Amino acid sequence: MATVKIPPVLRPSTGGEKEVSATGENVGAVLTSLADQHPSTKGQLFGENGDLNRYVNVYLNDEDVRVLEGLDTPVGESDTLVILPAMAGG
Amino acid sequence: MTPSGAEFIRQVKSQIDEIDPADVQPLVGNGAVIVDVRETEEVEQGKLPGAIHVPRGHLESRIEGSAPDRGQRVVVYCASGNRSALAAKTLRDDLGYTNVASMTGGITLWKDRGYDVETPQTFTAEQRQRYSRHFLLPEIGEDGQRKLLDAKVLLLGAGGLGSPTALYLAAAGVGTLGIVDDDVVDVSNLQRQVIHTTDRVGVPKVESAEESIKAINPDVDVVKYQVRLDASNIMEIIEGYDVIVDGVDNFPTRYLLNDATVRLRIPVVSASILGFDGQLSIFAPYEGPCYRCLYPVPPPAELAPSCGANGVLGVLPGTMGLLQATEVVKLVVGTGETLVGRLLLYEALSATFTELKVRRDPDCPICSREPDEISDAEMGVFPDYEAFCAAAG
Repeated sequence: MATVKIPPVLRPSTGGEKEVSATGENVGAVLTSLADQHPSTKGQLFGENGDLNRYVNVYLNDEDVRVLEGLDTPVGESDTLVILPAMAGG
Repeated sequence: MTPSGAEFIRQVKSQIDEIDPADVQPLVGNGAVIVDVRETEEVEQGKLPGAIHVPRGHLESRIEGSAPDRGQRVVVYCASGNRSALAAKTLRDDLGYTNVASMTGGITLWKDRGYDVETPQTFTAEQRQRYSRHFLLPEIGEDGQRKLLDAKVLLLGAGGLGSPTALYLAAAGVGTLGIVDDDVVDVSNLQRQVIHTTDRVGVPKVESAEESIKAINPDVDVVKYQVRLDASNIMEIIEGYDVIVDGVDNFPTRYLLNDATVRLRIPVVSASILGFDGQLSIFAPYEGPCYRCLYPVPPPAELAPSCGANGVLGVLPGTMGLLQATEVVKLVVGTGETLVGRLLLYEALSATFTELKVRRDPDCPICSREPDEISDAEMGVFPDYEAFCAAAG
């Protein structure tokens, strides 16, 4: 079961959870599992066409999934997915 | 019978490699490490261009900071070639440098031959004391301190991030600090904006910041811009700065800044904070990714709490601002491994740092093109964020 790290702006959608365990063979499946557990994350992660929203950065461990295979990137049991939002506070 | 001093030096010279100034001249600026082993007062009169100063008395303890690779070409020199001969022998026999030579005739012969000499900016007695802890670090030293004193760093915002950054860069001796901020000090700022004080509530932040900076270090030239950065003034303000420190509190300015700095090839040390979390990276145009490579589009307003006032742990901008200041010093001095291509996340509540890789986007709308191909009209092109924020209430 992979670990998904939830950024502060999405925590209201996960009941305050900072990390959520989610199953799936690839990035898309793990994020879908997250959305199944916490439905209000779905609209924030995915666009209407089912792709990741462009403003959502997702990292498999330390690598951006955009430079891997995107939602098809395989995910192992001990992997961590980091969902990263842009922040602008100063 | 023990030899005389002169005889000893003759013996040493016969045991080491010596190199004529004519053969050193092509090595200047070509990868060889050229080390001046004279005393500080002598070096202040002029040295070989690009030479590193390591006084012979500190040779063993400091040479590694300047020449970490013992196999690289090292040329040492002094005034006439005697002290450098002794230094070359030490480097070879005691410290294991395999490719070291002493320049025949020292800088005296070099000058007689008419080769270039550079005169380093000298330090006052007060500066020698003030920056003495930097001088003791081989990675910074006098050369690094000169770079800091010559550096022009622009701080965007004298707020949470800009306050600690400005204070420490001033203390470190950054010669010119530009500050852009159109705001005045409010009492609600003082929980984290440590450059300002209670008795300066209501004072423009650029004025308040200048007062604190000057109190720490009168060497620093403060350039104040009491304006809001926008497309009409950004190019004029940022041109000529060596490094920009981004601590602005909104997305439109961050994108605008990115586009302008890519055009002008100025590196940006960028940090942002929210609540208990911080992010930090360096966007060095054409060397690493830019802000748009990392964040191609801004998040919608409901996921971008920068639209209004938000909670932030007062200490957090201190942590992130000082990490920014550290990266600025490294960039200016040219030492260490900077955060170019890496994003550092700090979570204060769990006390964890996470490092992520940031790649250049080959399709980046800005930095995939040459600077002169980016037009004024394209800069800061951004969805209507103010409308977004208004919609988010």
